[in-house]
Amino acid sequence: MAAEEIEILDSDGVNRAITRIAHEILEKNKGVEDLVLVGIRTGGAHLAAQLQQKIAEIEGQDVLFGTIDVTLYRDDLASRNNLAVGLTDIPFPLGDRKVILVDDVLFTGRTIRAAMEAVMDIGRPELIQLAILIDRGHRELPIRPDYIGRNLPTARNEQIEVDFDDRNTAQAVHLLRT
Amino acid sequence: MTVILLRLFIYLELDVEAISMSFNPKHILGIESLTAEEINFILDTAQSFKEINTRQIKKVPTLRGKTIINLFYEASTRTRTSFEIAGKRLSADTVNISASGSSVAKGETLEDTAKNIQAMHPDIIVMRHNASGSCQYLADRLDCSVINAGDGMHEHPSQALLDALTIREHKGSIAGLTVAIVGDITHSRVVRSNIYCLNKLGARVRLAGPGTMLPPGIEKMGCEVFNNLEDAIRNADVVMMLRIQRERQGAPLIPSVREYARFFGLNGNKMELAKKDAIVMHPGPINRGVELGTAIADGSQNVILDQVENGVAVRMALLYLVSGGEKLKGE
Repeated sequence: MAAEEIEILDSDGVNRAITRIAHEILEKNKGVEDLVLVGIRTGGAHLAAQLQQKIAEIEGQDVLFGTIDVTLYRDDLASRNNLAVGLTDIPFPLGDRKVILVDDVLFTGRTIRAAMEAVMDIGRPELIQLAILIDRGHRELPIRPDYIGRNLPTARNEQIEVDFDDRNTAQAVHLLRT
Repeated sequence: MTVILLRLFIYLELDVEAISMSFNPKHILGIESLTAEEINFILDTAQSFKEINTRQIKKVPTLRGKTIINLFYEASTRTRTSFEIAGKRLSADTVNISASGSSVAKGETLEDTAKNIQAMHPDIIVMRHNASGSCQYLADRLDCSVINAGDGMHEHPSQALLDALTIREHKGSIAGLTVAIVGDITHSRVVRSNIYCLNKLGARVRLAGPGTMLPPGIEKMGCEVFNNLEDAIRNADVVMMLRIQRERQGAPLIPSVREYARFFGLNGNKMELAKKDAIVMHPGPINRGVELGTAIADGSQNVILDQVENGVAVRMALLYLVSGGEKLKGE
């Protein structure tokens, strides 16, 4: 059966959402002091890199940027095929920093739970905030994003796909319905 | 050309999740049964685990609640410690049993020992034993996962994998490299696992040692055999020296250690025959002044401590991989 594919955001839409999130992060945290971006591999890591660039354009200052792989912190390892474990690369201390966790799609919240635990294992940040490109609902844990690109109520059997180009820049967001 | 290189670079940068391959082994008994793809999957996983070992808090919760028993019928410091640390860093409970001072010394058979251990419901048994095939024997009889930490003269898969990871880190890739392995080939399970592993990954393997330490027909495993060290290491990218295993030999295979050191020991002069950027490896423990002259043992070309560091990451990867997808394995 052919899947129905609906475009939710095009590249301009993605870009506007990221620009707005960058402004909101700066507003809420009153600048870039102690701010670090931690992207959840893989989509979130790409978006965090884009956010870093956007913040540099706005403030003229680079914020630190790291990536985190949450595979080892998942709660469903026993019931699925082994996943390749990606590199966690946070080459700076997290203690007393304001950590902005970045992911592309927020669904059950389990990935974010795993990511928070992973961050806490690496250091003790002053606070953790969550930035999300698409919030599709269906939370199974009490987790709420601080920054949202787009709220998109979905059915459970639908899928959200964020497309990245060769340079890992988000180009579009699609809803897949089978 | 630049465009091609750039594309290649982007391709290498592609996320591991984009690769659909998955690998859910129940046991790790040897390299012989693994495909190149599976070996690379293990190495990529291990590469990611290295970061945990450099953290301030060196622990992830992945194997919380799992019990790992290290069942060692032969003396081992490095391998046992490495497996134990690997298990602990993944939050598993690890228990060590060594043959001396246990019921083994009181005459219990391997199968009886294993069944008694099984009754305590471990999830993984890591075993070293002096009988070739003993890990397979155990795996056939028990419900839990078995990882081979060295069985007789058969295989030592985690050693070959950590060697491969170390070579890959230093040389970028393994395909096309020439690897010379020198020493007691007959008694070495490290060699057998390495021949399988390196051949599958596309390296050329050369072996050298005194005639009494070269088993006839070993070239059928896919390697070139030399009876002197110099020819074997000429233009080699990697020189892997083996320990003279005095404990494994019945009748002496060499007239004297001194003579062995003169002909098959590696020193600075001989090393000049290998490629300029060649690396020296050794599974440890080294016999200083026998296989390795002091200049080599303390030299910048040797990567022995990198091997030890990578050993922990590789063993973490193996423990992780045999533990995952267990519900799927039951189906």
